[in-house]
Amino acid sequence: MSSQTINLTLKVWRQNKNNPRGALETYPANNISTDMSFLEMLDVVNEELTAEGVEPIAFDHDCREGICGMCGAVVNGRAHGHMPETTLCQLHMRHFNDGDTIVIEPWRARAFPVVKDLVADSSGLDKIIQAGGYISINAGGPQDGNAIPIARDNAEKAFNAATCIGCGACVAACPNASAMLFTGAKISHLALLPQGKPEAKNRALAMVRAMDELGFGNCSNEAECEAECPKGISIREIARMNREFIKAAFS
Amino acid sequence: MNWFVQNISTAVGKKLLMAITGLGFLGFIAVHLAGNITFYFGKDAFLHYVETLHALGPVIVIVELVLLALAVIHVSTGTVLFTRNWQARKTRYAVDKSAGGRTIGSRTMPYTGFLILLFVILHLCQFHFIDRTQQTPYDAAVNTFSNIFYALIYIGAVILVGIHIRHGFWSLFQSLGLNHEKYMPAIRAVGIAFAIAAAVGFAFIPIYIRAVT
Repeated sequence: MSSQTINLTLKVWRQNKNNPRGALETYPANNISTDMSFLEMLDVVNEELTAEGVEPIAFDHDCREGICGMCGAVVNGRAHGHMPETTLCQLHMRHFNDGDTIVIEPWRARAFPVVKDLVADSSGLDKIIQAGGYISINAGGPQDGNAIPIARDNAEKAFNAATCIGCGACVAACPNASAMLFTGAKISHLALLPQGKPEAKNRALAMVRAMDELGFGNCSNEAECEAECPKGISIREIARMNREFIKAAFS
Repeated sequence: MNWFVQNISTAVGKKLLMAITGLGFLGFIAVHLAGNITFYFGKDAFLHYVETLHALGPVIVIVELVLLALAVIHVSTGTVLFTRNWQARKTRYAVDKSAGGRTIGSRTMPYTGFLILLFVILHLCQFHFIDRTQQTPYDAAVNTFSNIFYALIYIGAVILVGIHIRHGFWSLFQSLGLNHEKYMPAIRAVGIAFAIAAAVGFAFIPIYIRAVT
């Protein structure tokens, strides 16, 4: 496939300590190769802004291959852009047309305060993990890997839930800024495995309570999260969390 | 009871409250619709149904009190969720597009809910808190729906009920943790059928009454 270049107009959220309320600023993005990723496009724009003496656009990124969960922005009203099951770094400019105007905003949630421009502080998700998203083991001689039988179906389901990279797109896409898909995935992947069973009850209660205390909204089953999740995690994980919560709360 | 209050007031606990009370209302709507179908068999059939219902005596009082309790829980929890969810995103998106998860029902849930509450109050005033020695419930219906304004309000309100059920039905199963890839398509289909049956079944009563009187 031959490479093309396209010209775009960006409307980017700019917010910093001198501009705490923030606003959308318009920048041209010219001669953008359609082979570039969205983040590479922002790199090019930032080089031009720097040359012009304008503060470059701050955005989070790390691995740039869709596995670290650092990048993410709302592009034209869609978390990680309009392509299914991709992170922002996996979104390619070939999915945009010459002359398009692209509005880029940070994740918006009370629990995700904007640090600068497109960088939102999603460490609330880490605090949910700290509340119970782990298993406690007494270290000792290593056990045989196959000593604990695990049904293949459960292993697959646990793995599917564990593909969550904690990017925060579910919160950003949720009309209520709820973190239930994230929390559901984290509770599910441990609850499905024998190693997670001993602490399942406390985990479900502690993680759900942490989610509330951090100021996330309440799930109303809009299902926008599963449609935007770059890992295709299903709201069935939320249902499983609800089951785990019911088991923990009323028994 | 402290543990109970603590657990039920979490985000998942509030979901369960909405789901269980919503399930109660679905049961009520099914019975109410079944009873109202007697309308299509004429005045005697309808009044016979009303008499049979009222002959239940204390059972009816208990059911009414339970429904009142369900309404208080459903409306108050829903109001809390509505305000909390609004506060959970202080700055709104300049561009906000759906990824395809939302439906007309899920988008409008709080709004259809509040409008249905207003409708229920109006409906109770016109059919429940009336002097039944002065007019039979059949006459009350005929008198009310002879006014085109009320007929249209009732038709509009039951369409809102249908839209509310369209999201509420499958949603309550999801909230109770009952989402399995084998059963969810059937639950969603039954929910849509229930929503249509409720909206159409109730909406045709004022139309039928205006047609025959």
